[in-house]
Amino acid sequence: MKSLGKYLLFISSLFKNRESFKTYVKLTLDECMLVGINSIVLVGLVSLFIGAVSTLQTAYNLINPLIPDSVIGLVVRDLTILELAPTITAIIFAGKVGSSIAGNLGTMRITEQVDALEVMGINSASYLVLPKIVGTLIMYPLLVILAGVLAIFGGFLAAKFGGVVSTADYFMGLKMDFNQFTVSFALIKSVVFGFLVSSISSYMGFFTKGGALEVGQASTRAVTVSCIAILFSDFILAQLLLVR
Amino acid sequence: MIEVKNLVKSFDDKVVLNDISVKFEKGKTNLIIGASGSGKSVMLKNIVGLFKPDSGDILYDGRDFINAHRDLKTDIRREIGMLFQGGALFDSMTVEQNVKFPLDILTKMPEDEKLDRVNFCLKRVKLENTNKRMPSEISGGMQKRVGIARAIVNSSQYLFCDEPNSGLDPITSIKIDRLLAEITEEYQITTVIVTHDMNSVMEIGEYIMFLSNSHKLWEGNSDDIMHSGVQELDEFVFANKMMRKFRDQ
Repeated sequence: MKSLGKYLLFISSLFKNRESFKTYVKLTLDECMLVGINSIVLVGLVSLFIGAVSTLQTAYNLINPLIPDSVIGLVVRDLTILELAPTITAIIFAGKVGSSIAGNLGTMRITEQVDALEVMGINSASYLVLPKIVGTLIMYPLLVILAGVLAIFGGFLAAKFGGVVSTADYFMGLKMDFNQFTVSFALIKSVVFGFLVSSISSYMGFFTKGGALEVGQASTRAVTVSCIAILFSDFILAQLLLVR
Repeated sequence: MIEVKNLVKSFDDKVVLNDISVKFEKGKTNLIIGASGSGKSVMLKNIVGLFKPDSGDILYDGRDFINAHRDLKTDIRREIGMLFQGGALFDSMTVEQNVKFPLDILTKMPEDEKLDRVNFCLKRVKLENTNKRMPSEISGGMQKRVGIARAIVNSSQYLFCDEPNSGLDPITSIKIDRLLAEITEEYQITTVIVTHDMNSVMEIGEYIMFLSNSHKLWEGNSDDIMHSGVQELDEFVFANKMMRKFRDQ
Protein backbone atom coordinates (compact mmCIF):
# COMPACT_ATOMS: atom_id res chain seq x y z
CA MET A 1 0.00 0.00 0.00
CA LYS A 2 2.89 2.33 0.85
CA SER A 3 4.44 1.68 -2.58
CA LEU A 4 1.10 2.28 -4.29
CA GLY A 5 0.75 5.62 -2.48
CA LYS A 6 4.30 6.58 -3.41
CA TYR A 7 3.60 5.60 -7.03
CA LEU A 8 0.45 7.76 -7.13
CA LEU A 9 2.33 10.72 -5.62
CA PHE A 10 5.05 10.18 -8.21
CA ILE A 11 2.49 10.28 -11.02
CA SER A 12 0.91 13.47 -9.64
CA SER A 13 4.37 15.09 -9.33
CA LEU A 14 4.82 14.79 -13.12
CA PHE A 15 2.32 17.56 -13.66
CA LYS A 16 3.74 20.07 -11.16
CA ASN A 17 6.23 22.81 -12.01
CA ARG A 18 6.61 21.70 -15.65
CA GLU A 19 8.95 23.14 -18.24
CA SER A 20 7.79 24.80 -21.47
CA PHE A 21 5.58 22.89 -23.92
CA LYS A 22 8.29 23.18 -26.60
CA THR A 23 10.78 21.36 -24.37
CA TYR A 24 8.39 18.44 -23.98
CA VAL A 25 7.60 18.22 -27.71
CA LYS A 26 11.24 17.54 -28.58
CA LEU A 27 11.73 15.11 -25.72
CA THR A 28 8.51 13.27 -26.57
CA LEU A 29 9.54 12.88 -30.22
CA ASP A 30 12.87 11.45 -29.07
CA GLU A 31 11.04 9.02 -26.81
CA CYS A 32 8.67 8.01 -29.64
CA MET A 33 11.75 6.98 -31.62
CA LEU A 34 13.30 5.10 -28.72
CA VAL A 35 10.11 3.46 -27.51
CA GLY A 36 8.30 2.84 -30.77
CA ILE A 37 10.53 2.75 -33.80
CA ASN A 38 13.21 0.69 -32.08
CA SER A 39 10.62 -1.92 -31.04
CA ILE A 40 9.10 -2.44 -34.49
CA VAL A 41 11.38 -5.29 -35.59
CA LEU A 42 10.99 -7.32 -32.39
CA VAL A 43 7.23 -6.78 -32.14
CA GLY A 44 6.79 -7.49 -35.86
CA LEU A 45 8.80 -10.70 -35.77
CA VAL A 46 7.08 -12.05 -32.67
CA SER A 47 3.62 -11.17 -34.01
CA LEU A 48 4.26 -12.80 -37.37
CA PHE A 49 5.25 -16.07 -35.73
CA ILE A 50 2.51 -15.97 -33.10
CA GLY A 51 -0.08 -15.57 -35.89
CA ALA A 52 1.43 -18.40 -37.89
CA VAL A 53 1.65 -20.75 -34.90
CA SER A 54 -1.91 -19.86 -33.80
CA THR A 55 -3.18 -20.89 -37.22
CA LEU A 56 -1.32 -24.20 -37.16
CA GLN A 57 -2.34 -25.04 -33.61
CA THR A 58 -5.99 -24.09 -34.17
CA ALA A 59 -6.03 -26.32 -37.24
CA TYR A 60 -4.40 -29.12 -35.25
CA ASN A 61 -7.13 -28.90 -32.61
CA LEU A 62 -10.06 -28.74 -35.05
CA ILE A 63 -10.55 -32.43 -35.69
CA ASN A 64 -14.35 -32.42 -35.88
CA PRO A 65 -15.31 -32.66 -39.59
CA LEU A 66 -18.56 -30.77 -38.86
CA ILE A 67 -16.64 -27.58 -38.03
CA PRO A 68 -15.73 -25.68 -41.21
CA ASP A 69 -12.07 -24.75 -41.83
CA SER A 70 -12.99 -21.08 -42.02
CA VAL A 71 -13.35 -21.16 -38.22
CA ILE A 72 -9.53 -21.22 -38.09
CA GLY A 73 -9.45 -17.69 -39.56
CA LEU A 74 -12.11 -16.55 -37.10
CA VAL A 75 -10.25 -18.00 -34.09
CA VAL A 76 -6.92 -16.47 -35.18
CA ARG A 77 -8.60 -13.09 -35.76
CA ASP A 78 -10.33 -12.91 -32.39
CA LEU A 79 -7.38 -14.38 -30.54
CA THR A 80 -5.09 -11.82 -32.14
CA ILE A 81 -7.28 -8.77 -31.67
CA LEU A 82 -8.51 -9.58 -28.19
CA GLU A 83 -5.41 -10.98 -26.56
CA LEU A 84 -2.28 -11.66 -28.56
CA ALA A 85 -1.73 -8.25 -30.12
CA PRO A 86 -2.35 -6.06 -27.05
CA THR A 87 -1.35 -8.36 -24.19
CA ILE A 88 1.50 -10.50 -25.50
CA THR A 89 3.01 -7.42 -27.16
CA ALA A 90 2.74 -5.63 -23.81
CA ILE A 91 4.72 -8.40 -22.12
CA ILE A 92 7.41 -8.14 -24.80
CA PHE A 93 7.26 -4.36 -24.56
CA ALA A 94 7.73 -4.51 -20.78
CA GLY A 95 10.79 -6.68 -21.27
CA LYS A 96 12.37 -4.47 -23.90
CA VAL A 97 11.23 -0.92 -23.22
CA GLY A 98 10.33 -1.21 -19.52
CA SER A 99 13.73 -2.56 -18.53
CA SER A 100 15.41 0.08 -20.68
CA ILE A 101 13.43 2.91 -19.05
CA ALA A 102 14.18 1.65 -15.54
CA GLY A 103 17.86 1.10 -16.35
CA ASN A 104 18.20 4.52 -17.94
CA LEU A 105 16.56 6.39 -15.06
CA GLY A 106 18.31 4.24 -12.45
CA THR A 107 21.69 5.03 -13.98
CA MET A 108 20.83 8.73 -14.10
CA ARG A 109 19.86 8.56 -10.44
CA ILE A 110 23.01 6.86 -9.16
CA THR A 111 25.31 9.07 -11.25
CA GLU A 112 23.61 12.19 -9.78
CA GLN A 113 22.24 13.34 -13.16
CA VAL A 114 18.77 13.50 -11.59
CA ASP A 115 20.17 15.62 -8.72
CA ALA A 116 21.84 17.89 -11.29
CA LEU A 117 18.42 18.58 -12.83
CA GLU A 118 16.85 19.22 -9.42
CA VAL A 119 19.62 21.66 -8.44
CA MET A 120 18.93 23.61 -11.65
CA GLY A 121 15.34 24.05 -10.49
CA ILE A 122 13.92 21.55 -12.96
CA ASN A 123 11.24 19.08 -11.90
CA SER A 124 13.32 16.02 -12.79
CA ALA A 125 10.38 13.60 -12.61
CA SER A 126 8.35 15.67 -15.02
CA TYR A 127 11.27 16.40 -17.34
CA LEU A 128 12.47 12.82 -17.56
CA VAL A 129 9.34 10.74 -17.13
CA LEU A 130 6.44 12.63 -18.71
CA PRO A 131 7.91 12.41 -22.26
CA LYS A 132 8.46 8.67 -21.77
CA ILE A 133 4.84 8.13 -20.76
CA VAL A 134 3.41 10.34 -23.51
CA GLY A 135 5.76 8.77 -26.07
CA THR A 136 4.58 5.32 -25.02
CA LEU A 137 0.90 6.34 -25.09
CA ILE A 138 1.40 7.50 -28.69
CA MET A 139 3.51 4.62 -29.94
CA TYR A 140 2.22 1.56 -28.10
CA PRO A 141 -1.29 1.57 -29.69
CA LEU A 142 0.43 1.87 -33.10
CA LEU A 143 2.62 -1.10 -32.22
CA VAL A 144 -0.47 -3.07 -31.22
CA ILE A 145 -2.14 -2.28 -34.55
CA LEU A 146 1.02 -3.38 -36.35
CA ALA A 147 1.21 -6.52 -34.22
CA GLY A 148 -2.42 -7.38 -35.01
CA VAL A 149 -1.96 -6.90 -38.74
CA LEU A 150 1.26 -8.90 -38.83
CA ALA A 151 -0.16 -11.72 -36.68
CA ILE A 152 -3.10 -12.12 -39.06
CA PHE A 153 -0.67 -11.93 -41.98
CA GLY A 154 1.46 -14.61 -40.27
CA GLY A 155 -1.66 -16.73 -40.03
CA PHE A 156 -2.23 -16.22 -43.74
CA LEU A 157 1.35 -17.31 -44.53
CA ALA A 158 0.89 -20.43 -42.38
CA ALA A 159 -2.38 -21.16 -44.18
CA LYS A 160 -0.80 -20.68 -47.60
CA PHE A 161 2.47 -22.54 -47.04
CA GLY A 162 1.49 -24.91 -44.21
CA GLY A 163 -1.43 -26.34 -46.15
CA VAL A 164 -3.67 -26.63 -43.06
CA VAL A 165 -6.42 -24.42 -44.46
CA SER A 166 -7.08 -22.82 -47.84
CA THR A 167 -6.45 -19.09 -48.06
CA ALA A 168 -10.06 -18.62 -49.21
CA ASP A 169 -11.35 -20.32 -46.04
CA TYR A 170 -8.89 -18.33 -43.93
CA PHE A 171 -10.12 -15.00 -45.38
CA MET A 172 -13.75 -16.10 -45.02
CA GLY A 173 -13.05 -16.82 -41.34
CA LEU A 174 -11.45 -13.42 -40.88
CA LYS A 175 -14.63 -11.71 -42.09
CA MET A 176 -17.08 -14.02 -40.30
CA ASP A 177 -19.17 -12.50 -37.43
CA PHE A 178 -16.78 -9.60 -37.03
CA ASN A 179 -17.51 -7.41 -34.00
CA GLN A 180 -15.91 -3.99 -34.41
CA PHE A 181 -15.86 -3.44 -30.66
CA THR A 182 -13.03 -5.98 -30.32
CA VAL A 183 -10.75 -3.50 -32.11
CA SER A 184 -11.82 -0.69 -29.78
CA PHE A 185 -11.26 -3.03 -26.83
CA ALA A 186 -7.75 -3.84 -28.06
CA LEU A 187 -6.94 -0.14 -28.41
CA ILE A 188 -8.29 0.65 -24.93
CA LYS A 189 -6.10 -2.14 -23.56
CA SER A 190 -3.10 -0.82 -25.47
CA VAL A 191 -3.45 2.63 -23.88
CA VAL A 192 -3.81 1.15 -20.38
CA PHE A 193 -0.90 -1.27 -20.85
CA GLY A 194 1.31 1.42 -22.38
CA PHE A 195 0.67 3.68 -19.40
CA LEU A 196 1.30 0.89 -16.89
CA VAL A 197 4.58 -0.25 -18.46
CA SER A 198 6.03 3.25 -18.87
CA SER A 199 4.91 4.62 -15.51
CA ILE A 200 5.82 1.55 -13.43
CA SER A 201 9.22 1.22 -15.11
CA SER A 202 9.89 4.93 -14.63
CA TYR A 203 8.88 4.69 -10.97
CA MET A 204 11.20 1.73 -10.39
CA GLY A 205 14.12 3.45 -12.12
CA PHE A 206 13.56 6.90 -10.67
CA PHE A 207 13.78 5.76 -7.05
CA THR A 208 16.82 3.51 -7.49
CA LYS A 209 19.31 3.75 -4.63
CA GLY A 210 22.80 2.32 -4.51
CA GLY A 211 24.94 1.29 -7.45
CA ALA A 212 25.09 -0.79 -10.61
CA LEU A 213 23.67 -3.86 -8.87
CA GLU A 214 20.58 -1.95 -7.77
CA VAL A 215 20.07 -0.57 -11.28
CA GLY A 216 19.94 -4.15 -12.57
CA GLN A 217 17.53 -5.09 -9.79
CA ALA A 218 15.33 -2.09 -10.60
CA SER A 219 15.17 -3.16 -14.26
CA THR A 220 14.17 -6.70 -13.29
CA ARG A 221 11.59 -5.42 -10.82
CA ALA A 222 10.20 -3.05 -13.45
CA VAL A 223 9.58 -5.95 -15.85
CA THR A 224 8.10 -8.21 -13.16
CA VAL A 225 5.73 -5.62 -11.70
CA SER A 226 4.74 -4.38 -15.18
CA CYS A 227 3.84 -7.93 -16.28
CA ILE A 228 1.75 -8.52 -13.16
CA ALA A 229 0.00 -5.16 -13.63
CA ILE A 230 -0.68 -5.97 -17.30
CA LEU A 231 -2.24 -9.34 -16.51
CA PHE A 232 -4.28 -7.96 -13.63
CA SER A 233 -5.60 -5.00 -15.63
CA ASP A 234 -6.26 -7.33 -18.58
CA PHE A 235 -8.64 -9.31 -16.39
CA ILE A 236 -10.30 -6.18 -14.99
CA LEU A 237 -10.79 -4.67 -18.46
CA ALA A 238 -12.22 -7.91 -19.84
CA GLN A 239 -14.59 -8.14 -16.89
CA LEU A 240 -15.67 -4.51 -17.25
CA LEU A 241 -15.94 -4.23 -21.03
CA LEU A 242 -16.66 -7.71 -22.39
CA VAL A 243 -18.83 -9.46 -19.81
CA ARG A 244 -22.47 -8.55 -20.22
CA MET B 1 26.24 35.36 0.94
CA ILE B 2 24.71 32.14 2.21
CA GLU B 3 23.75 31.92 5.84
CA VAL B 4 22.97 28.63 7.56
CA LYS B 5 21.26 28.90 10.95
CA ASN B 6 20.88 26.07 13.45
CA LEU B 7 20.66 23.37 10.80
CA VAL B 8 19.59 19.96 12.04
CA LYS B 9 19.26 16.88 9.86
CA SER B 10 18.83 13.27 10.86
CA PHE B 11 18.13 10.02 9.07
CA ASP B 12 15.85 7.78 11.14
CA ASP B 13 17.38 8.08 14.63
CA LYS B 14 20.87 9.10 13.54
CA VAL B 15 21.58 12.82 13.78
CA VAL B 16 23.93 13.72 10.93
CA LEU B 17 23.98 17.50 11.34
CA ASN B 18 23.44 18.95 14.79
CA ASP B 19 22.73 22.65 15.16
CA ILE B 20 25.12 23.89 12.48
CA SER B 21 25.37 27.64 11.92
CA VAL B 22 27.72 29.17 9.38
CA LYS B 23 28.10 32.09 6.96
CA PHE B 24 29.59 31.57 3.50
CA GLU B 25 30.73 34.89 2.11
CA LYS B 26 30.59 36.17 -1.44
CA GLY B 27 33.82 36.20 -3.47
CA LYS B 28 35.47 33.66 -1.15
CA THR B 29 36.19 29.96 -1.55
CA ASN B 30 34.41 28.44 1.43
CA LEU B 31 35.41 24.90 2.32
CA ILE B 32 33.55 22.31 4.34
CA ILE B 33 36.01 19.68 5.50
CA GLY B 34 35.79 16.59 7.63
CA ALA B 35 36.38 12.87 7.63
CA SER B 36 34.25 10.49 5.55
CA GLY B 37 30.79 10.18 7.06
CA SER B 38 31.08 13.45 8.99
CA GLY B 39 28.07 14.92 7.17
CA LYS B 40 29.79 17.22 4.65
CA SER B 41 27.85 16.07 1.60
CA VAL B 42 24.62 15.92 3.58
CA MET B 43 25.16 19.53 4.59
CA LEU B 44 25.76 20.55 0.99
CA LYS B 45 22.65 18.68 -0.17
CA ASN B 46 20.61 20.44 2.52
CA ILE B 47 21.90 23.83 1.40
CA VAL B 48 21.04 23.23 -2.28
CA GLY B 49 17.65 21.74 -1.43
CA LEU B 50 18.24 18.10 -2.36
CA PHE B 51 17.50 17.19 1.28
CA LYS B 52 14.99 18.87 3.55
CA PRO B 53 16.42 19.79 6.97
CA ASP B 54 14.57 18.76 10.14
CA SER B 55 14.96 22.32 11.41
CA GLY B 56 16.98 25.47 10.87
CA ASP B 57 17.17 28.15 8.21
CA ILE B 58 19.12 28.64 5.02
CA LEU B 59 19.27 32.17 3.65
CA TYR B 60 20.51 33.04 0.17
CA ASP B 61 21.37 36.75 0.36
CA GLY B 62 18.65 37.13 2.96
CA ARG B 63 16.09 35.04 1.08
CA ASP B 64 14.70 32.18 3.15
CA PHE B 65 15.20 29.07 0.99
CA ILE B 66 13.57 26.39 3.11
CA ASN B 67 10.25 28.09 3.69
CA ALA B 68 10.17 29.88 0.35
CA HIS B 69 7.21 29.61 -2.02
CA ARG B 70 7.82 27.18 -4.88
CA ASP B 71 8.40 30.02 -7.37
CA LEU B 72 11.02 31.74 -5.20
CA LYS B 73 12.67 28.39 -4.53
CA THR B 74 12.87 27.76 -8.27
CA ASP B 75 14.27 31.27 -8.80
CA ILE B 76 16.98 30.68 -6.19
CA ARG B 77 17.77 27.25 -7.62
CA ARG B 78 18.25 28.82 -11.01
CA GLU B 79 21.01 30.98 -9.53
CA ILE B 80 22.80 27.87 -8.29
CA GLY B 81 25.49 25.98 -10.16
CA MET B 82 26.72 22.69 -8.84
CA LEU B 83 29.64 20.45 -9.62
CA PHE B 84 28.94 16.89 -8.54
CA GLN B 85 31.46 14.35 -7.33
CA GLY B 86 31.28 12.31 -10.54
CA GLY B 87 30.64 15.27 -12.81
CA ALA B 88 26.99 14.21 -13.35
CA LEU B 89 27.17 15.08 -17.03
CA PHE B 90 24.21 13.90 -19.08
CA ASP B 91 25.74 10.94 -20.88
CA SER B 92 23.38 11.09 -23.87
CA MET B 93 24.53 14.65 -24.66
CA THR B 94 27.77 16.04 -26.10
CA VAL B 95 29.99 18.37 -24.09
CA GLU B 96 28.44 21.35 -25.87
CA GLN B 97 24.87 20.16 -25.24
CA ASN B 98 25.70 19.54 -21.58
CA VAL B 99 27.03 23.05 -21.07
CA LYS B 100 24.22 24.60 -23.13
CA PHE B 101 21.54 22.65 -21.25
CA PRO B 102 20.85 25.22 -18.47
CA LEU B 103 20.56 27.96 -21.11
CA ASP B 104 18.13 25.85 -23.18
CA ILE B 105 15.91 25.17 -20.21
CA LEU B 106 16.22 28.30 -18.12
CA THR B 107 16.60 31.14 -20.63
CA LYS B 108 15.10 32.44 -23.84
CA MET B 109 18.50 33.43 -25.25
CA PRO B 110 18.89 33.20 -29.06
CA GLU B 111 20.77 30.12 -30.24
CA ASP B 112 23.88 31.97 -31.47
CA GLU B 113 24.19 33.81 -28.14
CA LYS B 114 23.89 30.52 -26.31
CA LEU B 115 26.68 29.00 -28.39
CA ASP B 116 28.87 32.06 -27.79
CA ARG B 117 28.31 31.73 -24.06
CA VAL B 118 29.02 27.97 -24.15
CA ASN B 119 32.25 28.52 -26.08
CA PHE B 120 33.26 31.28 -23.67
CA CYS B 121 32.72 28.99 -20.67
CA LEU B 122 34.50 26.06 -22.29
CA LYS B 123 37.41 28.37 -23.07
CA ARG B 124 37.35 29.60 -19.46
CA VAL B 125 37.85 26.02 -18.23
CA LYS B 126 40.45 25.43 -20.99
CA LEU B 127 38.38 22.96 -22.96
CA GLU B 128 38.22 24.50 -26.41
CA ASN B 129 37.54 22.12 -29.31
CA THR B 130 35.82 19.48 -27.20
CA ASN B 131 32.30 20.63 -28.10
CA LYS B 132 31.26 17.57 -30.05
CA ARG B 133 32.79 14.93 -27.79
CA MET B 134 30.67 12.73 -25.55
CA PRO B 135 31.33 12.63 -21.77
CA SER B 136 32.49 9.02 -22.08
CA GLU B 137 35.20 10.12 -24.53
CA ILE B 138 36.93 12.56 -22.16
CA SER B 139 39.00 12.07 -18.99
CA GLY B 140 37.73 12.45 -15.42
CA GLY B 141 39.48 15.81 -15.03
CA MET B 142 37.95 17.07 -18.27
CA GLN B 143 34.52 15.89 -17.12
CA LYS B 144 34.95 17.92 -13.93
CA ARG B 145 35.86 20.98 -15.99
CA VAL B 146 32.83 20.49 -18.22
CA GLY B 147 30.82 20.26 -14.98
CA ILE B 148 32.28 23.59 -13.86
CA ALA B 149 31.49 25.16 -17.26
CA ARG B 150 27.90 23.92 -16.96
CA ALA B 151 27.69 25.27 -13.41
CA ILE B 152 28.76 28.79 -14.40
CA VAL B 153 27.18 29.05 -17.87
CA ASN B 154 24.00 30.64 -16.53
CA SER B 155 25.97 33.27 -14.59
CA SER B 156 25.29 31.47 -11.32
CA GLN B 157 25.56 33.47 -8.13
CA TYR B 158 26.25 30.43 -5.98
CA LEU B 159 28.63 27.63 -6.89
CA PHE B 160 28.65 24.35 -4.97
CA CYS B 161 31.22 21.61 -5.47
CA ASP B 162 31.01 18.17 -3.95
CA GLU B 163 34.51 16.70 -3.70
CA PRO B 164 35.76 18.24 -6.96
CA ASN B 165 39.12 16.44 -6.68
CA SER B 166 37.94 12.90 -6.02
CA GLY B 167 39.54 10.45 -8.40
CA LEU B 168 41.94 13.00 -9.89
CA ASP B 169 45.74 13.08 -9.88
CA PRO B 170 47.41 15.82 -7.74
CA ILE B 171 48.30 18.03 -10.72
CA THR B 172 44.79 17.96 -12.18
CA SER B 173 43.37 18.49 -8.66
CA ILE B 174 45.42 21.64 -8.19
CA LYS B 175 44.32 22.88 -11.63
CA ILE B 176 40.66 22.35 -10.70
CA ASP B 177 41.17 24.07 -7.32
CA ARG B 178 42.82 27.08 -8.90
CA LEU B 179 40.15 27.28 -11.55
CA LEU B 180 37.44 27.32 -8.87
CA ALA B 181 39.27 30.01 -6.90
CA GLU B 182 39.77 32.14 -10.03
CA ILE B 183 36.13 31.85 -11.05
CA THR B 184 35.00 32.74 -7.52
CA GLU B 185 37.09 35.88 -7.44
CA GLU B 186 36.48 36.89 -11.05
CA TYR B 187 32.67 36.63 -10.92
CA GLN B 188 32.36 37.46 -7.21
CA ILE B 189 30.19 34.43 -6.54
CA THR B 190 29.64 32.51 -3.32
CA THR B 191 31.49 29.22 -3.65
CA VAL B 192 31.09 26.33 -1.23
CA ILE B 193 33.35 23.30 -1.68
CA VAL B 194 33.09 20.03 0.18
CA THR B 195 36.43 18.28 0.35
CA HIS B 196 38.71 16.12 2.44
CA ASP B 197 41.75 16.90 0.32
CA MET B 198 44.37 18.74 2.39
CA ASN B 199 46.02 20.07 -0.78
CA SER B 200 42.79 21.93 -1.57
CA VAL B 201 42.55 23.18 1.98
CA MET B 202 46.02 24.67 1.87
CA GLU B 203 45.69 25.93 -1.72
CA ILE B 204 42.34 27.69 -1.74
CA GLY B 205 40.86 27.62 1.79
CA GLU B 206 39.84 31.22 2.42
CA TYR B 207 37.18 30.10 4.86
CA ILE B 208 37.23 26.59 6.28
CA MET B 209 34.63 24.86 8.41
CA PHE B 210 35.49 21.55 10.06
CA LEU B 211 32.72 19.06 10.70
CA SER B 212 33.13 16.16 13.08
CA ASN B 213 30.57 13.85 14.68
CA SER B 214 27.71 15.94 13.26
CA HIS B 215 28.98 19.16 14.90
CA LYS B 216 30.87 22.17 13.62
CA LEU B 217 34.09 21.90 15.59
CA TRP B 218 36.18 24.67 14.10
CA GLU B 219 36.20 27.48 11.55
CA GLY B 220 39.02 29.60 10.19
CA ASN B 221 41.34 29.83 7.19
CA SER B 222 44.28 27.91 5.75
CA ASP B 223 46.77 29.86 7.86
CA ASP B 224 45.01 29.14 11.15
CA ILE B 225 44.35 25.47 10.50
CA MET B 226 47.92 24.38 11.23
CA HIS B 227 47.66 25.50 14.85
CA SER B 228 43.99 25.23 15.72
CA GLY B 229 44.51 23.41 19.01
CA VAL B 230 41.50 21.17 18.24
CA GLN B 231 42.53 17.55 18.61
CA GLU B 232 40.09 16.10 16.04
CA LEU B 233 41.12 18.70 13.48
CA ASP B 234 44.82 18.08 14.12
CA GLU B 235 44.25 14.36 13.59
CA PHE B 236 42.51 15.16 10.30
CA VAL B 237 45.07 17.72 9.09
CA PHE B 238 48.15 15.79 10.08
CA ALA B 239 46.89 12.38 9.10
CA ASN B 240 49.50 11.97 6.40
CA LYS B 241 53.26 11.79 6.78
CA MET B 242 53.96 14.79 4.57
CA MET B 243 51.82 17.13 6.70
CA ARG B 244 53.40 15.79 9.89
CA LYS B 245 56.85 16.43 8.45
CA PHE B 246 55.77 19.92 7.46
CA ARG B 247 54.53 20.60 11.01
CA ASP B 248 57.68 19.26 12.64
CA GLN B 249 59.87 21.49 10.48
